[in-house]
Amino acid sequence: MFAAENGLKGDPRLEAISAAIRVVPNFPKKGIMFQDITTLLLDHKAFKHTIDIFVDRYKDMQISVVAGVEARGFLFGPSIALAIGAKFIPLRKPGKLPGKVISESYELEYGHDRLEMHVGAVEPRERVIIIDDLVATGGTLSAAMSLLESQGAEVVECACVIGLPEVKGQHKLKGKPLYVLVEPSGLDEFC
Amino acid sequence: MQTIIISPLVSHRLCLARAVPCNRLLNNHHRAPPSIRLSNHRSTTSLRLFSSAAASRDSEMATEDVQDPRIAKIASSIRVIPDFPKPGIMFQDITTLLLDTEAFKDTIALFVDRYKDKGISVVAGVEARGFIFGPPIALAIGAKFVPMRKPKKLPGKVISEEYSLEYGTDTIEMHVGAVEPGERAIIIDDLIATGGTLAAAIRLLERVGVKIVECACVIELPELKGKEKLGETSLFVLVKSAA
Repeated sequence: MFAAENGLKGDPRLEAISAAIRVVPNFPKKGIMFQDITTLLLDHKAFKHTIDIFVDRYKDMQISVVAGVEARGFLFGPSIALAIGAKFIPLRKPGKLPGKVISESYELEYGHDRLEMHVGAVEPRERVIIIDDLVATGGTLSAAMSLLESQGAEVVECACVIGLPEVKGQHKLKGKPLYVLVEPSGLDEFC
Repeated sequence: MQTIIISPLVSHRLCLARAVPCNRLLNNHHRAPPSIRLSNHRSTTSLRLFSSAAASRDSEMATEDVQDPRIAKIASSIRVIPDFPKPGIMFQDITTLLLDTEAFKDTIALFVDRYKDKGISVVAGVEARGFIFGPPIALAIGAKFVPMRKPKKLPGKVISEEYSLEYGTDTIEMHVGAVEPGERAIIIDDLIATGGTLAAAIRLLERVGVKIVECACVIELPELKGKEKLGETSLFVLVKSAA
């Protein structure tokens, strides 16, 4: 669900966050309006608002794990984890994590990719949120969920700064709630 | 979608429930310095680890004369994985530090205490593990966070800097306009080994007129002499470890 539909309607912080995100047309290929969050990271106030909104939502939900998807999930996840007293678990591309891992494959537009997590990072019945900068089809987040659930963890919610139109109206991803702050900027001419 | 379990090539110390203290802390002037014969992962020459006093002069640690009590916990929370990514390398795995909420909090606090109120407006972090430590520090000290990335990841106009690897070269990139001339920056990464990546990051920022106040890492591998590559820029680390 979008934050505006879930208690934050009219919250000026959401507008500041949205305004701070830069749209780069035709990256990585023609036709894609890339949502660039690096400009959000340059705006200290807006970046802080982003983290504060997630922290306010999750701090009293007994979340013991924040899992972040490489690499842009790493930009948001750790700050949230630190503020709510949770562990941070990086979910990485193949071959990056040095210890024993479990792996889940997921579909791309052409072909597939894999996501890995260290064995033992999460314990059964831990309550987890998964963070990424943006959700489009939900393929990556679904793979992340599978990794965590295979270890007996409970995925409480997936959270992203930006949610593409495909997910609007969908409050759930694979049966789990999805929480998104803003819609993409600059899509008007494409819809 | 299939869940696959993959074992690493070698892994002797897989304790995630309990961190294995594998790092040597070179911070006590009063103890006799350890003389340790170590094998360098690049050659078969054994190196004698230099004395703790010399180590303190070469790069500053978070411990001056008295060790900060938080350092030992941070050091012991880092897992060492032998022979990753290839034989001979003792990989310093900070993912176990991130699982220890107190150690991770203390790590950030140590950097924040050092850099707040120093007029630092930019925290630059090197992909990908610099992305884990940099943003919390930036948020706490009121600075921007600037990601420095491998080629073709950043969507906008970039400037690039090439640097040498053992075999070949690599490149890091930064968005044009992310920083302005005259800004004061720190550069963050989880670990400094040979110093190649950090040196490239320094060059990239200096090309656009930024003053690098310091490079800051959780871990240093002193035998690899990465500090020498940083030129005039000082280095601050929390933990030193054998390569």
